[in-house]
Amino acid sequence: MNLKNLGIGLLSIVFAIGCGKSEKNGKSNGALNKSHAEQVYVAPGEHDEYYAFISGGYNGNLLVYGLPSGRMFKEIPVFSQFPTSGYGYSEETQPMLNTSHGSIPWGDAHHPDISQTDGVTDGRWVFINENNTPRIARIDLETFETVEIIEVPNSAGNHSSSFVTENTEYVVAGTRFSVPVPQEDISIKEYKGKFKGALSFIKVDQETGGMDINFQLMMPGFNYDLSHPGRGQSHGWFFFTTYNTEEANSLLEVNASQNDKDFIAAVNWEKIEEYVANGGGEMKPAKYAHNTYDHNTHTGKSEMKEEVRMVNPMDVPGAVYFLPTPKSPHGCDVSPDGQYIVGNGKLSANLTIHSFPKMLEAIENEDFDGEAYGIPILNFDKTLAGVVENPGLGPLHTEFDDKGFAYTTFFITSEVVKWELGTWEIVDRKPTYYSPGHLTIPGGNSREPDGKYMFVMNKITKDRYLPVGPELEHSAQLYDISGDKMELIYDFSTHGEPHYAAAIKAEKVAPNTRKSYRLDENEHPYAVKNEGETKVVRDGKNVHVYISTIRSHFAPDNIEGIKVGDKVYFHVTNLEQDFDVPHGFAMIGQNNSELLIMPGQTKTSVWEPDQIGVWPFYCTDFCSALHQEMQGYVRVSPADSDIDLSWSLGED
Amino acid sequence: MKSASTIMIIGSALLLSLFIYPLWIVELEAPQYPDGLGMFIHLNGLVGFTEFDLQNIDGLNHYIGMQTLPKPDDMWEFSVFPIVVGGMAILGIVIGLLGFLNKISYNWFLYWLILMTVLGVMGMFDFNAWMTDYGSNLDPKAIIKVTESDGTPFSYKPPLLGSRDILNFTAISYPGIGGILLTIGMFLTFVAYLVGLKTKKNKS
Repeated sequence: MNLKNLGIGLLSIVFAIGCGKSEKNGKSNGALNKSHAEQVYVAPGEHDEYYAFISGGYNGNLLVYGLPSGRMFKEIPVFSQFPTSGYGYSEETQPMLNTSHGSIPWGDAHHPDISQTDGVTDGRWVFINENNTPRIARIDLETFETVEIIEVPNSAGNHSSSFVTENTEYVVAGTRFSVPVPQEDISIKEYKGKFKGALSFIKVDQETGGMDINFQLMMPGFNYDLSHPGRGQSHGWFFFTTYNTEEANSLLEVNASQNDKDFIAAVNWEKIEEYVANGGGEMKPAKYAHNTYDHNTHTGKSEMKEEVRMVNPMDVPGAVYFLPTPKSPHGCDVSPDGQYIVGNGKLSANLTIHSFPKMLEAIENEDFDGEAYGIPILNFDKTLAGVVENPGLGPLHTEFDDKGFAYTTFFITSEVVKWELGTWEIVDRKPTYYSPGHLTIPGGNSREPDGKYMFVMNKITKDRYLPVGPELEHSAQLYDISGDKMELIYDFSTHGEPHYAAAIKAEKVAPNTRKSYRLDENEHPYAVKNEGETKVVRDGKNVHVYISTIRSHFAPDNIEGIKVGDKVYFHVTNLEQDFDVPHGFAMIGQNNSELLIMPGQTKTSVWEPDQIGVWPFYCTDFCSALHQEMQGYVRVSPADSDIDLSWSLGED
Repeated sequence: MKSASTIMIIGSALLLSLFIYPLWIVELEAPQYPDGLGMFIHLNGLVGFTEFDLQNIDGLNHYIGMQTLPKPDDMWEFSVFPIVVGGMAILGIVIGLLGFLNKISYNWFLYWLILMTVLGVMGMFDFNAWMTDYGSNLDPKAIIKVTESDGTPFSYKPPLLGSRDILNFTAISYPGIGGILLTIGMFLTFVAYLVGLKTKKNKS
C-alpha cells in the first residue's frame, strides 16, 4: 500500500463520515451486491435497454455501448482514419476528412448529442464536435455511419459544441480559443479586443439532416467552454459558459483565473434568426469544407465553401446578455423544464443556478451591471435562482432526472452529488473512481430525462482494472438513480478519452437500423450487380478492377497484365444481400488499409505495385466455412511488358 | 339438398384461397439465422420469408452442390397448378350450384372429391419427386460431399411434412394457410356429400 492509496482511503473515510453511508457498507451487504449484479446482468442473447453514444475523445470516433451491461457494440469512425473498415483510406471516404487545411487523419471528438423533436430525443442522428480543427459531424442512426462533416470557420477549440435545439432546428458550435477574425499575422499580445469568439448556428434540414451554417455570432474574445439550449419556456435561447473573460493570452491557468465572476452568455437565437432572415448580418469570405456521404453511391464528396454570414451582436439589440457566474464556469446545463441554467464554476466553492424567468425580468427592468464590449451584463442577484452551498470541489457538469433532481460531477473531490432543484439541498453524494468529467443520464439533455441510470466518465483510472502498463483506458461507473440514494452498480472501461455521452432508449433506434444495403439501389459508378459485369479496364496508367465478392470467392480472382508503375483501383462490390456478411479485401504490400465491404456496398482501394511478381489478395473477414479459400492473384509485369490485360474466375 | 349444396359451394370455393395464401411452408433453422430462413410455396412460385431468403438459401446450398431454387418459369407446375386448382374450384362451385337447383344429385359431390383427391395425390407425388431431385441430384463438383455411413451420398431432401436435421440446419415443412383451407375445403365437400346422403334418406 503506497501513500497515495492511503490518501484516497483517508479521503473516502472522510466522505463516509460526511454522508453517513459508505461504499464499504454496500460492499459488506451480500444481498445488495447480488441485486446490483442482477441489475446490470443482461443475459446471453438478451438486449440492453439503452444505447449509449460515448465520445472517443482524442481517438476521434464515437463508441456505441449498451446500458446497463456496459458492453461495447461498435466504434463508429468519425474524424479519424479507421483501417478496420478503410474509413478515411478508401477512395469513397477520403473526402470525409477533407478540411480547409487539407486532409486531416485525426480528430478530437467531444460531445455527442442526439437529435430531438419537441424537446425529446428522436433517434434519427447523433451530432458530435471535433475540438482541434473545428468540425461538426452527423452520424446516421439507420446505418451508424458518419454521413456528414462540416468545418466551422473562424473558430478554434470547437468545444462548446455540438448541442441541438429542441426540434433540431440548429446544432450549435462555439469557440474555446478565440482567434483573429479574419486570421491575420499580428502579435499574440494584441489578443485583447482583436480576438473573437465565434458562436456558430448550423441549420439542420429536417428531412435530410443536412447541415448549413446559418450565421456566426462574433462575440468578444473569451473562451466559450460549454453550452446548452433552452427548452420549453426558454426555447429560442442558447446558453454558453465563458472563462478567461480576463482575455489572457498566456499562462491561462493563473491569468484566466483572476476574475471573481465570468459569464454565461445568453443568446436569443430566434431573434438573430429573424434578423438574418430579414437580410441582417454580412456575408464574409471564409474557407471551410462541407463533406457529405451518400448511401446510394456509397461515396463521399467534399465541397469547399467560400463565405459565411457573420452577425455582430451589437447589431441585434436584445439578442445577447451576460449572466455573471463564478468562477471560470465549465458545464452549462439547463433543467428539463427550461427554467434553470446551472453554471458549474469549476473554481467556485458553490454551484450557481440562474433562473430563466428572473433573467427575462432583469432584462425587462434593465437590471444591468455595466456591459462588456457593448453587451449588457445582468445583475448577478437579479438572475440568481439559488446556490448549492459547498457541494464539493471542481464542479464540471450537471445532468437531470425526471424527479426534480440534478446530479453534478466534482473533479477534485472525485464524486457525484445529487441535489434538488428549487431547494438547492444536497440529498446524496457518491464517490467516483477517479475524477469525473461528464456524466450522462439517458435523455438528460432533453425535456424528458429517464431517471433510471446515470453513468460518469472519469479522467483517471489508476487501479480500477488489471494493470496494463502506464497508458490506461478511462473508467466509467454506472449508478442506479431510481431510488432516493444513488447506488454504484457497475464499472466499465471506455475507449479513448470519453467526454460527453448521449444515451437513448434502444426501442427508439433499434427498429430503424439497416441490416444491409440494397444492391439494386447501389449507384456507385464502379459497382457491379452480378459476376457477369466484373471486368478489368485500363485507362493509361490507371487500371480499374471491377471485382465482386460472394461467399466464398472473388470474381475475378486471377488478373494478369498489370504493370509496375500502374495505379490499380480495386472497386470491390459485395454481392451478398444477407445480414452481417461483410467481406474484406487486402492486397499484399498495399500502402493503405484494408477494406471491409458491407452487403450491397462498393468500396475502392488503390494499390500501386512497385515490384514484378505474382501477388495475392484475400478476404480479411472470416466470412464462411471456405473463407480461407477466398483469395486471388495479380500478376505484375515490367513496365514495358506487352502482356494484355486478362482476368478470370474458375478457369484452368 | 340446399344445405348440402351450400356446403359444397363453400368447400370448393375455399380452394381459391390458394391464390392468396401459400400451400406449403419450408423453414430452415440454424444458429446463424436467429430470425429463421425459409420459403412459402405458392401455386405459382416460391416466395422467401424475406426478400432475399431464396437468394441466401441458394448461396448456402451451392456449398453442397444443390440446384438453385426454381423460378416460376423453371417448372411447368407453377403454370399448370393454378389452372388445375382454379378449374377444380369453379367445377366444384358449378356442381354445388346445380345441386342447389336440384339439377344433379349429391353423388357428383363425391365424384368431384375423388377427382380432387386423385389430383392432390398426384400433386404431392410430383412435389415429393421434385424435392427428392432437389435434395439428391447434386453437382459432382460440390464443395462439400457428405455420405451416409454406408457410403451412399447424403440426401438433402427436405421432409414433405415434419422436421429433419440436415447438417447444421433443421428443415421443417408444414402446410400454409392455403394448404389448411384446401384440406378444410375438401373435407367440407365430403360433409356436403354426407349431408346430401342423409337428406335423401330422410326424404325416402
